[in-house]
Amino acid sequence: MSLIEAQGLVKRFGDFTAVDGIDVRVEAGEAFGFLGPNGAGKSSTMRMVGCVSPPTDGQLRIFGMDPVRDGPAIRSRLGVCPQQDSLDLELTCLENLTVYARYFGIPRKVARERARELLDFVQLGDRADSPVEPLSGGMKRRLVIARALINEPEIVLLDEPTTGLDPQARHLVWERLFRLKQRGVTLVLTTHYMDEAEQLCDRLVVMDAGKIVAEDAPRALIERYSTREVVELRFGLDGLDTYADKLAGVGERLEVLPDRILLYAADGDDAVAQVHGRGLTPSSVLVRRSTLEDVFLHLTGRTLVD
Amino acid sequence: MVTTALALPRAARRIDEGLRRSLAVTGRNATLARHLGYWWLLASGFFEPLLYLLSIGFGVGALVGELPLPDGRTVPYAEFVAPAMLASSAMNGAIAESTMNLFAKMKHMRLYDAVLATPVTPVEVAVGELIWATVRGGMYCAAFLVIMVAMGLTTVWGALLAFPATLLVCFAFGGAGMLLATFMKGWQDFDYLMAAQFALFLFSGTFAPVDSFPTVARWLMELTPLYHGVELVRAATTGTFQWVLLWHLAYLVALLVVTLRFAGRRMGGLLLK
Ligand SMILES: Nc1ncnc2c1ncn2[C@@H]1O[C@H](COP(=O)(O)OP(=O)(O)OP(=O)(O)O)[C@@H](O)[C@H]1O
Ligand SMILES: [Mg+2]
Repeated sequence: MSLIEAQGLVKRFGDFTAVDGIDVRVEAGEAFGFLGPNGAGKSSTMRMVGCVSPPTDGQLRIFGMDPVRDGPAIRSRLGVCPQQDSLDLELTCLENLTVYARYFGIPRKVARERARELLDFVQLGDRADSPVEPLSGGMKRRLVIARALINEPEIVLLDEPTTGLDPQARHLVWERLFRLKQRGVTLVLTTHYMDEAEQLCDRLVVMDAGKIVAEDAPRALIERYSTREVVELRFGLDGLDTYADKLAGVGERLEVLPDRILLYAADGDDAVAQVHGRGLTPSSVLVRRSTLEDVFLHLTGRTLVD
Repeated sequence: MVTTALALPRAARRIDEGLRRSLAVTGRNATLARHLGYWWLLASGFFEPLLYLLSIGFGVGALVGELPLPDGRTVPYAEFVAPAMLASSAMNGAIAESTMNLFAKMKHMRLYDAVLATPVTPVEVAVGELIWATVRGGMYCAAFLVIMVAMGLTTVWGALLAFPATLLVCFAFGGAGMLLATFMKGWQDFDYLMAAQFALFLFSGTFAPVDSFPTVARWLMELTPLYHGVELVRAATTGTFQWVLLWHLAYLVALLVVTLRFAGRRMGGLLLK
């Protein structure tokens, strides 16, 4: 049985459709990612899975249960790190965790022990008794992650867990999430960082305008939707289009950006040789491996929709 | 047979778990109350009715003299007014905590977004907050009753009987306040609420028996909730027991149950989008 199973899942707000009939399966022990531009419907999906937003249509099963009927039973086994921190600003860090533990019916003593452990886990141990309000954005984020783990959940839902964190804190969070995964915890996360998705996710879907436009393992997506390598060429800013015409046929695909031209090719060095062979002298040349970001931009377009 | 035998304990367990989760919501407030500074906020809720009692009960009372109770006995004016001040302060305390704080927690602090991601349900949040509103209101009431006994405005037994009556008033108005909070759009709505509260405070048999008003006005007053609270508390502190008390009791219990149910449902609708 899949831990999360959605079929034709729809979420509408008024007559606006935020999630437009998606099919998702998440298996136990997996790290599953939702990628997509702003407004794609990632958070709306996460909230439905978290049983805090009733689906408008379609089937949704979590642990094989129905989110509307069995909400409390499901939520008792979930850990949730929502996009907005939603901490209790009037309480201290430690109290935020112990009070939260009580909502799950965790005995006081256990709650205190776990809270201390988790504060250490996210390296906030020395801030236990300080109020939450003055914490930095990144510290608050880590506290929210700690809070999501207080009930030793089987599934952790992380909506942009590392947005706003500095590189050190991001790596700390990645490492912690990786450890959770090793313990067999199922992770479901959304992110705008492609490196994060590549590092953490076994499988991911790319959403756009409420629909799933691609689904696979990160490497497989890169293989399917991009070439192995990408060549970035700069020629100054004028007349990029005329260069594009002269480059036709080099590599598998070509994309003109405002400031450079991207050549998608299996072998980058070979493509560069062809470019020089046509008598072109770009002001700069960069050959790199394809990343998930190339796939993402290819699938969801480069323009801002909203 | 077997199914009912199993269903009963299951229902009992559901209620038990629900209550435990509600108490966890209450516990959040109790945790906050341990912080310094919180209690200063509460002091005003206690002094206000005391000042009314001193100025009107004793000041005006000296001019008014004795007033008749429903059973025909007469009592000094201060004894008549004191239980009404008590019931009003129970109402004000409960409404302040439930309406204002619930609104702030729901709309500004977005406190419940996190709470509802746990097994706690909206109704359980409502019950938990209501229990806290009543704990807070109950503390004012207990203090006020101690003063009433000390001033000879009621007996110890009267006070002990009146205390649960004030708790019921807290519960009922807490439920109503919560329901109102779910309709509030912004802070300016609270001005209307204050005005309504003040009107109730003046015209609920607080300062004069309702039958001293014209018949129509009297009927109107008898429909409003504070009237029932005042009558109930006054019966306890003055030791006037009549069958009509059951009607007051039923009114307040019904108010509590109905408002709480709707409040829970509306909170669910507002927060679980
Ligand atoms: N409560 C709501 N009422 C009305 N519209 C909503 C509500 N919540 C979300 N939406 C709309 O649904 C769409 C999807 O929003 P959602 O938050 O799911 O996007 P997202 O993929 O998480 O975006 P982001 O990357 O910016 O977090 C948006 O257009 C948003 O305006
Ligand atoms: Mg989002």
